[in-house]
Amino acid sequence: MSEQPLFKVTIDNITIEVPAGTTILNAARKIGGEVAPPAMCYYSKLEGSGGKCRTCLVEVSKGSEKDPRPMPKLVASCRTTVMDGMEVKNITSEKVIDARNGVVEFLLINHPLDCPVCDQAGECHLQDLSYNHGKESTRFEFQKRTFKKHDLGPYIQLHMTRCILCYRCVFTADQLTGKREHGVLDRGDHAEIATFIEKSLDNEFIGNVIDVCPVGALTDKTFRFKNRVWFLKPMDAHRDCPTCSGKVTLWNRGDEVYRVTARKDQWGEVEDWICNTCRFEKKNTGDWVIEGPRLIDRHSVIAQGHYAGSIGMHQPKETFEAVHNGRKPKLLMDIHSVSNVNRPEITLSKLDRPAHSTDFKPNQD
Amino acid sequence: MVQFSQEQLTEFNRLVSRYPEGKQKSALLPVLHLAQQSFGGWLSPETLDYVAGLLKIKPIEVYEVATFYSMYNLKPVGKYLFEVCQTGPCMINGSDNIVAYIHDKLGIKPGETTADGLFTLKTVECLGACGYAPMMQLGKHYREHLTKEKVDAIIEECRKNAAANN
Amino acid sequence: MGVKLLLDKAHVEGIRSFEVYRREGGYRAVEKALKEMNPESIVEEVKKSGLRGRGGAGFPAGMKWSFIAKPEGVPRHLVCNADESEPGTFKDRYLMEHIPHLLIEGLIISSFALGSHDTYIYIRGEYAWIPDILEQAIEEAKANGFLGKNILGTGFDCNIYVQRGAGAYICGEETALIESLEGKRGNPRIKPPFPAIQGLWQRPTVVNNVETLSAVVPIINMGGEEYAKIGIGRSTGTKLISACGNINKPGVYEIDMTISVEAFIYSDEYCGGIANGKKLKACIPGGSSVPVLPANLLLKTAKGEPRLMNYESLADGGFATGSSMGSGGFIVLDEDQCIVKHTYTLARFYRHESCGQCSPCREGTGWMEKILKKIDEGQGKMSDIDLLWDIQRKIEGNTICPLGDAAAWPVAAAIRHFRDEFEWHIQHPEEAQKRNYGLAHYADPIHVPA
Repeated sequence: MSEQPLFKVTIDNITIEVPAGTTILNAARKIGGEVAPPAMCYYSKLEGSGGKCRTCLVEVSKGSEKDPRPMPKLVASCRTTVMDGMEVKNITSEKVIDARNGVVEFLLINHPLDCPVCDQAGECHLQDLSYNHGKESTRFEFQKRTFKKHDLGPYIQLHMTRCILCYRCVFTADQLTGKREHGVLDRGDHAEIATFIEKSLDNEFIGNVIDVCPVGALTDKTFRFKNRVWFLKPMDAHRDCPTCSGKVTLWNRGDEVYRVTARKDQWGEVEDWICNTCRFEKKNTGDWVIEGPRLIDRHSVIAQGHYAGSIGMHQPKETFEAVHNGRKPKLLMDIHSVSNVNRPEITLSKLDRPAHSTDFKPNQD
Repeated sequence: MVQFSQEQLTEFNRLVSRYPEGKQKSALLPVLHLAQQSFGGWLSPETLDYVAGLLKIKPIEVYEVATFYSMYNLKPVGKYLFEVCQTGPCMINGSDNIVAYIHDKLGIKPGETTADGLFTLKTVECLGACGYAPMMQLGKHYREHLTKEKVDAIIEECRKNAAANN
Repeated sequence: MGVKLLLDKAHVEGIRSFEVYRREGGYRAVEKALKEMNPESIVEEVKKSGLRGRGGAGFPAGMKWSFIAKPEGVPRHLVCNADESEPGTFKDRYLMEHIPHLLIEGLIISSFALGSHDTYIYIRGEYAWIPDILEQAIEEAKANGFLGKNILGTGFDCNIYVQRGAGAYICGEETALIESLEGKRGNPRIKPPFPAIQGLWQRPTVVNNVETLSAVVPIINMGGEEYAKIGIGRSTGTKLISACGNINKPGVYEIDMTISVEAFIYSDEYCGGIANGKKLKACIPGGSSVPVLPANLLLKTAKGEPRLMNYESLADGGFATGSSMGSGGFIVLDEDQCIVKHTYTLARFYRHESCGQCSPCREGTGWMEKILKKIDEGQGKMSDIDLLWDIQRKIEGNTICPLGDAAAWPVAAAIRHFRDEFEWHIQHPEEAQKRNYGLAHYADPIHVPA
């Protein structure tokens, strides 16, 4: 297809070939699974994103075939391109795991940990990250930082205390809407995202900042406190929209549409940007042509509702245990072992329609 | 209405002319200095809008910058702003005592302004005068090797200037 | 008296003016460079001189120059980093205030070598009176044919502009400086690409410190090889040291890097000894971000050899027992100084100056400041020391730019060398408020000048 040479890169002892110019992170995503470093700020569809959160740091133990020297520091895999013959350690590097644990702790010290009242809970990347790398208790003994409240209008709820300053929303507002009203104010540990004064964001596509937000800093105001995502059934649906592709995911309970989001891939990235009308205004099942259940293959709590799809993983011939120096593959906690949410025996992805309360009713016998 | 005078506009044009065509945003920092100096020692939202308009950039671009740099005052300050350095080298030479003395003398804590609007006290981080500590910035210049006597003299000088200009 | 190459004329009356500077031999180097040399041979001389960047990192200047990309039809820029903000450092200010034409002369030669027709001096905003001095020097140089169009009839055009920053230490980092020069927030860029390929307005750019660019003048005048003969090892030429803290004669000194630290502190030619007859407790030899050393390790290396004021000797022993030349900001602490409080002020500084872009620096600097403040105020607990150690360890090396390291190193070194003082501070909170821990922790006797 393209004339670009292929570079051989080995990540966590698994070797693949990728076109020159590919970043370590994207090469690792081709392998998939745990080998792909977590990314809180990088977003493949947003130009200039990445490099900031430092969760995707990896160790380059061999620079390239030509220059085999290791890189002196851990590098941000989302912004470092592969070289031919490069060897990278992600989960097989103790240094990486240690640094990542540190980054997660840094991200959490000022985070309010208000997951019980946060609409992002269940699909929050910071939750996933804390689950994998977090400590059981905090070592931070001080008052957490707070901010002056900003009202972003009728559609978008901003909780600045939850923000990790990934800048994704800034890039989205800038690149998608072509309108620069959204930015980062102040600096250092009191930097905050904000709109120009209190002006609400009125662009047709601005709702996408909700989908790119890795945490609960920007959430859908029309869905606020309405339901928990793990009680809802995601359904792919479309409509004939004059503004956007109209391809969305509906989050239903019975016939009721609680929330509309863009469709997200296995890395949590939006497949097609959707417009505000589709997202905020079309909350009737009748507005949509339902295609079928959305497969969720993220390791968050929503995937535990038995929506798991296939993970298109590049499977090594050996077992993971063998290539990862005896490190056992991650076993996810099955939420059903501690909770009877959605009744374990019901596999929702087998229902080709939105789940209804009747589906959960105990058998009447 | 915020508006540069003819003279200030000439200076604005001189600042912008240093940069290539289409890169006029580069003049933002110097233009904000000029605006702060021209409009009462601080940058009001109205001033920031005005600067955005002059440089043909979005207001948010000006806001992002104005809130990033510590020298831009986003709230009104007194006529005389005492910026006392408190970083390591000044601290070991007694900057704490200078701050305390100004507090005793003027009754203002760091961040506060005297009721007459003459003085604002602010603690700042290293100003690059470590060999001449303790020190503070007052307007364009540094006042170095501060002692209580020197602080007295500076306050006196400011009061005289203020009276003379009224 | 050591060799002086930068400050030899600094005390001549009226040296700020073009006439006096010219009369004292100024602008000869421009004439030589533009008329007798070409850009390649100038870069070659600078390489031969072994000149290392004087801003702090110590990267060979000639090598940095040789990296600049030269794509067809794309302008290149030289930017002078005058954003001197590292606590303890005030040497560039001295050069610009006292002998501005030296910098301008260095800039003209360097612009010619790099092919920069529009050269910018980015100066920290607080040095508000210095742009006037520099702009006057630029005007004088222009009036005398050393700047502007067709300089000295050689066909080389060059203009120099001065831009003020507005209060941000981070803008001393070259990519943050470039962002700031473009009228943006001083957020360091994620590298690569490096400025030599895509810098100011995405054009190839070289950013050098004031002292580095000034040193180009003697290098051209005397030749790179002669310059390299001064000093020792890879520490060639002379270095400006700004000395401050508890010494008798704070100020800016030019040294030839063969002098010992002991002589620098105690001789009358330089610091003139510790003020008020006190004893030396500790010193941060290269600006606040480099490791603090207790007196015994400052004056002698771990091997017992006298420590010299140069890049290699100050770094001898790595961070375990050594420090770094850094920017040349030499901060001396006497026996009455409290390491905990001093470290706290530095941690506060770095928290204040963090741009907030990347998580370890944004969150970690604030956390360290809070813990140090707590210990300083007598509320600390023993586990806080290990916690501080762990935090700094997780910041270091994991950030976008070196500010993370700069914030981590002072805390690490303070704990490494003065852990007992931290412990005492925590165990004796009331006594600690009197800050009289003194010299109790030293294993070796402290130097007392004869």
